[in-house]
Amino acid sequence: MDLMTNLMPAGAEIFMLAMACVILIADLLIRQSGRQVTYMLVQLTLLGCSMITVGTHEHGISYAFNNMYVDDLMSDVLKLLTYLAVSMMLVYSRQYLIIRGLFSGEFMVLALFATLGMMVMISANHFLTLYLGLEVLSLSLYAMVALQRDSAVATEAAMKYFILGALASGLLLYGMSMLYGATGSLELGDVAIAIQSGNADKNLLVFGLVFVVSGLAFKLGVVPFHMWVPDVYHGAPTAMTMLIGSAPKLAAFAFVSRILVEGLQPLVQHWSGMLIILAVASMAIGNITAIAQNNLKRMFAYSTIAHMGFLLLGLLSGGIEGYGSAMFYAVVYVLMSLGAFGMIMLLSREGFEADTLNDFKGLSQRSPWLAFLMLLLMFSMAGVPPTVGFYAKFSVLNAVVQAGHIWLAVVAVLLSLIGAFYYLRIVKLMYFDAPESHTPIVVGSDTALLMSVNGLGVLLLGLLPGTLMSVCAVSVQQSLLLH
Amino acid sequence: MIFGLPVISVAIWLPIVFGILVLATGDDKNAPLARILALAGSVLGFLVTIPLYTGFVSDTSEMQFVELHDWIARFNIHYHLGVDGISVLFILLTAFFTPLVVLAGWQVIEKRVAQYMASFLIMSGIMIGVFAALDSILFYVFWEAMLIPMFLIIGVWGGQNRVYAAVKFFLYTLLGSLLMLVALIYLYNQSGGSFEILDFHKVELPMAAQILIFIAFFFAFAVKVPMFPVHTWLPDAHVEAPTGGSVILAAIMLKVGAYGFLRFSMPIVPDASHKLAGVMIALSLIAVVYIGLVALMQTDMKKLVAYSSISHMGFVTLGFFIFNAYGMEGALLQMISHGFVSGALFLCIGVLYDRMHSRNIADYGGVANTMPVFAAFFMLFAMANSGLPGTSGFVGEFMVILGAVKTNFWYAFAAATTLIFGAAYTLWMYKRVIFGAVANSHVAALTDLTLREKAIFAILAVTVLGMGLYPLPFSEIMHVSVNDLLVHVARSKLPL
Repeated sequence: MDLMTNLMPAGAEIFMLAMACVILIADLLIRQSGRQVTYMLVQLTLLGCSMITVGTHEHGISYAFNNMYVDDLMSDVLKLLTYLAVSMMLVYSRQYLIIRGLFSGEFMVLALFATLGMMVMISANHFLTLYLGLEVLSLSLYAMVALQRDSAVATEAAMKYFILGALASGLLLYGMSMLYGATGSLELGDVAIAIQSGNADKNLLVFGLVFVVSGLAFKLGVVPFHMWVPDVYHGAPTAMTMLIGSAPKLAAFAFVSRILVEGLQPLVQHWSGMLIILAVASMAIGNITAIAQNNLKRMFAYSTIAHMGFLLLGLLSGGIEGYGSAMFYAVVYVLMSLGAFGMIMLLSREGFEADTLNDFKGLSQRSPWLAFLMLLLMFSMAGVPPTVGFYAKFSVLNAVVQAGHIWLAVVAVLLSLIGAFYYLRIVKLMYFDAPESHTPIVVGSDTALLMSVNGLGVLLLGLLPGTLMSVCAVSVQQSLLLH
Repeated sequence: MIFGLPVISVAIWLPIVFGILVLATGDDKNAPLARILALAGSVLGFLVTIPLYTGFVSDTSEMQFVELHDWIARFNIHYHLGVDGISVLFILLTAFFTPLVVLAGWQVIEKRVAQYMASFLIMSGIMIGVFAALDSILFYVFWEAMLIPMFLIIGVWGGQNRVYAAVKFFLYTLLGSLLMLVALIYLYNQSGGSFEILDFHKVELPMAAQILIFIAFFFAFAVKVPMFPVHTWLPDAHVEAPTGGSVILAAIMLKVGAYGFLRFSMPIVPDASHKLAGVMIALSLIAVVYIGLVALMQTDMKKLVAYSSISHMGFVTLGFFIFNAYGMEGALLQMISHGFVSGALFLCIGVLYDRMHSRNIADYGGVANTMPVFAAFFMLFAMANSGLPGTSGFVGEFMVILGAVKTNFWYAFAAATTLIFGAAYTLWMYKRVIFGAVANSHVAALTDLTLREKAIFAILAVTVLGMGLYPLPFSEIMHVSVNDLLVHVARSKLPL
């Protein structure tokens, strides 16, 4: 009984792991034609996980495995959103993968393992658990990018991703070891207490912090550690790009905020200064470079870099406002990015990737409804009301101003103005230009429905953003700031 | 309340709902249905705003027809609507122009009819929202949402260089708005957690902060007005936009910027407004005189009217920043009159363009011979644009000049030159287009106004003349609010 209560906080992860193994074996017995069964099993696993997460939810914070693992409101909310994002990714990419012969058991099992990694990252309360989650996620993603074996670009992307990812992990581990040396603990809460006590060696701490922040910056893909992002986004099959560009951002938010806010809060003056530089550089380079891209996936890669910069602004502002707005930003970003990559996959067909700007020319004449949904997504990414992207930017700016960095807010809005240009260009291509191709757009009813929900969701959440904002603020308040 | 529903909300959402219905009619096979639905929606949209005028109590400056609901509790943002003497007329003006624009595009727009009509209906609702919003974030949402339909209108149905104009329009206005957003968030933190515009009016602010806020607001509003030197997007946008787009741009959208000065800049940062009034007056006078001269040189009719708009809006900002009742009321009357007159002029040019597909003055000549009825209407609107007494154009200009004399004779002198330049560029254009011998075979083949066009122009002509001969119904409704605003602006908000 004691063991059971101890395992409760990690119930969803255990279920996920078990199911991933079961599906891996079951898939061996299924023919290619019956692959839909695997697909349904994966979706059911995600559904089951969400039921367990909701079912095991308790008020307050509960720990497992000697405080290595934590279950709080923030982790539950983020996990539920992660399941949703992964599930949406699977729906969007099913047709795309079938056509390309990638609709295999490995893909789906790897997606489950990646989800497991994200869940561990979200709930980790210990440097080792954090690292474990990160590696489970990363290794699954490396393999997924390389899944299209006959594509040179994909293989190259996987290689780059793997090498740079390993380097980043090394940096992170090195930093963690220094922090361990200085504080004598790997558990986030104890680290914070040890630093607070003032007995830890300051030089060693700051040195370790620099390595940890660099490692995190690599994983988030912010300037100057962003080089892998465009290549991987571009090279990977769009379904994999979508997975990399969506749900892991939620996990990354949890990961960064747990390390910096829970573990290294006493060093806030040091890391917030570093984050300012990273954030401004990311927004500047991301937004400006995105203008020069012809490939949509590359453009979204740079746009991600800029968005992550904006997210860091929220984190560095601190307080419920700051962390709450960063979480809200992450959630909104995931929703928009799912929609945008979903649209690329929707327009792709056999032997053709709709991933250049020209492929969107005249979309409003070929399919007014899809064009309208893409318009909503693009205005949302640009942060124009009444879409939800505006509130994401708004709440981050509010946090920044409240923290007293008014000039930072001005810089942020000026850089997002530059960003508006390339989102606007897509709208321009869709609405103002004549179509280059008149091939009819064939869309499955499940993807069409999901796309509509996704696009209209951006608008509806924009009209009534209050609930989601409050959920983010409350979960941050109950999880990060109560200790 | 009408039929138990709040008036302002109905005025905002009814056109938007009709817009969505029009969109739902789909492609151009259903174009007739889309047109009729759009007309019905726009006329209904105008009718529901009438209670705002008839039910308005003009002896108080309090907000009326107030609606207050929680919207985003986390940031204390409310769905808060209301009108006072300053905003009510603009709501009516907006609703008034929507049916005219729908009618003006009735035959001319042949491709993507439903989307065209829906854009105007949705924009109408959004613009009414801008004038009625009392919560600054609600205002901001409407303010920016306005850009999306206008961007599409210019870009999809515009002329040759439409993409450049649409993108320039969007980015210019977005730049200003984003800086305003930062200012609003700053004010939120200073006012102890409220986004209410009326609460912002009470916040005490040191001079340095006031000046920065003023500059942020200036970027947002001056771009929309547009004031010299951030006016360059307007001629491009006007020239490329379809007729309906130009009408809405000139008649309503420019007013939104001027309205912002009255609702935000002046009452929120009165000390900075006084301190920087000299700059504002200088920019206004440059707009009046210099842009007036620029208008004289134009060879494109739409560009000429666009520059004339900038010059007239210079009058409006001049009237605001001389801080007296004549100036401010004159400026407001000028805004309304300019809405009617510039809207009418763009419709006139639209009529010519639909027949000749040219906006070049040089391509015309002797139109009076083939289109006598049109020539008569055009004459009236041209006279109103040059400020002839008896037309609506005169009232506002006269009052602003009167107010300016009280402040400084030379301001008034410079402003008064518009009566000469305005007459010069408008009437010279009129002469070259309308009078003289029939210039070419295309002009000879012109047909006079259709019944639909006559109806549009008749409505506008009656309004322009009516407002010129009897402006009292317009001015009395704003009287108390304007005086109250002036009292508020005269009070310093510097912390002691």
